[in-house]
Amino acid sequence: MKAAVLQLRSTVEARFEIPLGIRKSLEKEKLASGIGAIDTLTSGGVPRGALTEISGAASSGRTALVVAFLGQATRSGECCVWVDTAGAFDPQSASEMGVDLDRLLWINCGGSAEHALKSVDLLIQSGGFGLVVMDLADTPEREVRRIPLASWFRLRHAAERTGAALVAVARRINAASCSELQMELQPLGPVWRGKLLAGMDAEVESRRQHRSRKAEFRAVR
Amino acid sequence: MYACLHGPGNLELLLECARKFSPHVEELPPDTVIFDIRGLETLYGPPENLAREIDRTVGVPANLALAANPDAAAHAARGFRGITVIAPRREAEALASLPLNLLGGSPATAELLHLWGIRTFGDFAKLPPLGVAARLGEEGIELQYLARGEGSRQLRPLEDPLEFEASLELDYPVDNLEPLAFVLSRLLGEVCDKLRFRTLATNELTLRLALERAPEHVTQLKLPVPMLDQRAFLRMLQLDLNGRPPVAPVVQVYLRAEPVKPRRTQHGLFVPTSPEPEKLELTVSRLRHLVGTDHVGSPQLRNTHRPDSFVMRVFAPPLATSRLAVDEAEAPTVPRLCLRRFRPPRAVQVLLINQQPVRLISPAVNGRVVMAKGPWRTSGEWWREDAWNRDEWDIALESGELYRMCREVDSGRWFVEGSYD
Repeated sequence: MKAAVLQLRSTVEARFEIPLGIRKSLEKEKLASGIGAIDTLTSGGVPRGALTEISGAASSGRTALVVAFLGQATRSGECCVWVDTAGAFDPQSASEMGVDLDRLLWINCGGSAEHALKSVDLLIQSGGFGLVVMDLADTPEREVRRIPLASWFRLRHAAERTGAALVAVARRINAASCSELQMELQPLGPVWRGKLLAGMDAEVESRRQHRSRKAEFRAVR
Repeated sequence: MYACLHGPGNLELLLECARKFSPHVEELPPDTVIFDIRGLETLYGPPENLAREIDRTVGVPANLALAANPDAAAHAARGFRGITVIAPRREAEALASLPLNLLGGSPATAELLHLWGIRTFGDFAKLPPLGVAARLGEEGIELQYLARGEGSRQLRPLEDPLEFEASLELDYPVDNLEPLAFVLSRLLGEVCDKLRFRTLATNELTLRLALERAPEHVTQLKLPVPMLDQRAFLRMLQLDLNGRPPVAPVVQVYLRAEPVKPRRTQHGLFVPTSPEPEKLELTVSRLRHLVGTDHVGSPQLRNTHRPDSFVMRVFAPPLATSRLAVDEAEAPTVPRLCLRRFRPPRAVQVLLINQQPVRLISPAVNGRVVMAKGPWRTSGEWWREDAWNRDEWDIALESGELYRMCREVDSGRWFVEGSYD
């Protein structure tokens, strides 16, 4: 019986040129954030040539986390894109985090998720970018939910082909199995010092290949 | 080797033919064109094959001669009918039968030679050089060199005016962009060929459309890097015309390219990849068409303390750094709170108790304030009409959201500037 199954498998593999055995996932190159806790949690950062989703409520540190990846990528000479659905990107904050603004292409989509999706598609297909951020954080959830799964698949394949790290930021996870890495952030509360807002603590839960791990980080003001 | 075409009344056609074979073309009046054919043997083989190819290309009756120097080729083309190929160091022998009037020189020298009974190149070439020098001077020596086919002058190539433009008057007005694309494609092809011929590229394209009973429509494409991609130019012009179509039918199209040296970069093996400039420019053009011109670019902070002050520049990333610099860049990062701005800031009503905000009321941001730190007074540029003077607060709402809000001191109005994330 076992021999018959093996023979059948080899016949199908030869016919369709696909391996049917246990597929070993190839370890992808990573783009680090430079934040020790996050890089440890994600085993080196967000994967290149794949889709990563970062989700969380408002004031949970999502933007700080993505800007950290952006800073690291632009400082190493890579060109990056921020596709900003709501036009909320603050160049001043990014510059303070060490982002080289000369290497950043910022697309302000004026609130249209459809334009954001088209822009990401165009940019990721053109290739040459190290990191492409799709910022849907301030977009109403019903609009984000309208993005069909096929579109996420298309983006994932484009990222695989061009080797760009595609990061989608939203309130919730949307791309489901299309994303290689999912990071969910929970705010742990602000840190006040005297008359100042000194920072904010957040908890990150990383989910990758059905494995879940948690870490905490503090974003300072 | 040099080739010479001589054909009375067909100078323009001869020049056109010569330019198909060489960029170095000299016009030698009357009706003679000389051009440099060195190196073409790798394409066409022996000189005889090249001569046949030139003869086939010229298309009008003309004498053709190939020789090792321009003067020998010119004399042969003017003196012999059809195709003449003179082997190197056989010039004197080949030119010997030519009449002396083809040699040129001053009328006095020509008359003197005639009186001596010298009738052909060969007769003159046989005269002793010292005697010629003593009787005819420097001019005589030069003429004797030419008669022996030993000229050593360099070609004096024609300098074309550096104008990279093309225009077309249409037979009938075109009111649709699709047929106009064919016209644009043709004109772009002409301009790009001219640039390519000179090993140049362009960073600025100007399209002028003369319209029927309407002012001229002008489109200018400014490129961050020199490019020479006809298809990309066409697509960019199409996108621009789609976004801002002409207001009336087009009757004439004029296209001009600003010539610049092409971009030459040597990328290292260990530097990060960056987008191809040509592809990037086309993508950015598409994005501008999609979301608007002012919404695409690279932000540059202005040298001011004014909140949210930046300008959008054209995205033109500098060359990637070497791997050494990359390693330095991978230093630990301290995460910082980032502001997500509301553009424009959202107006809110604020309930105050003891000058402290306790509640925000607005459709967008609403809730009880659990912590508020401030006020922080910022002001600046008081000498301008758009001066700012405001008190900033950092607040935390019951829902856990953190906001930066401000109160304009002059008007007393409250705004939420953005959320911390």
